[in-house]
Amino acid sequence: MGAPLVAVDAAPLNLQALIDAISGPETGDGAVAAFVGVVRDHNQGRRVSFLEYEAYVPLAVRALHRILDEAREAWPHTRLGVHHRIGRIEISEASVIIVAASPHRTDAFAVCRYAIERVKQIVPIWKHEHFDGGDVWLEGATADPDNEEARQRAHRIACA
Amino acid sequence: MRVTILLFARLRDLAGSAELVRDVPAPATVQTVWSTLVGEMPTLREYERTMSVAVNADYSKMSASVREGDEVAFLPPVSGG
Repeated sequence: MGAPLVAVDAAPLNLQALIDAISGPETGDGAVAAFVGVVRDHNQGRRVSFLEYEAYVPLAVRALHRILDEAREAWPHTRLGVHHRIGRIEISEASVIIVAASPHRTDAFAVCRYAIERVKQIVPIWKHEHFDGGDVWLEGATADPDNEEARQRAHRIACA
Repeated sequence: MRVTILLFARLRDLAGSAELVRDVPAPATVQTVWSTLVGEMPTLREYERTMSVAVNADYSKMSASVREGDEVAFLPPVSGG
């Protein structure tokens, strides 16, 4: 029983398990690209102590599956998996892992990049930053999966 | 009719609660639920133009209909990754 292609939970992330779920001997892959997002010790001039991630889990899972569908449509011969960790995550620990597999490296890199850009646009997950002297909720994009301009921006970045 | 309201991240902190149950007049939309909420907690109004909304764990719009027992979520701008 392999790892699911999409996960949003508090368990530490296991990159090899996701790679094994995405690619294997009979997939015809020539490239597997992985992205690991880790918690940084500084942000906007603040010394970060740790991050606490919160998610609307059922919608986050649904949004991640949407990203998988979008990637499959844009890059038909690729496969993608995304696991996002939530709860308290320490400096240098992984908060998100993304694995994309393809017959050739260009598409594997592109899908990997597309996925992280889309995660930041439409997945309902929030960082609560705890730093020296306080804490703050970070807020990025207004999540709108039907915003075609945002989707195209992610696609352009992925193919740059 | 009765609906469940879910709040996340800083919206939850401002409201002091992650989950609220409220009666709203029928027929209701997501906007009706939001108006009920900000009537009670005016500080939440700052999110009106930047938040996203969901009904029963699916992205939705302020104009969408809401039915008895629905779960209506208000989401600040996201910051995953």
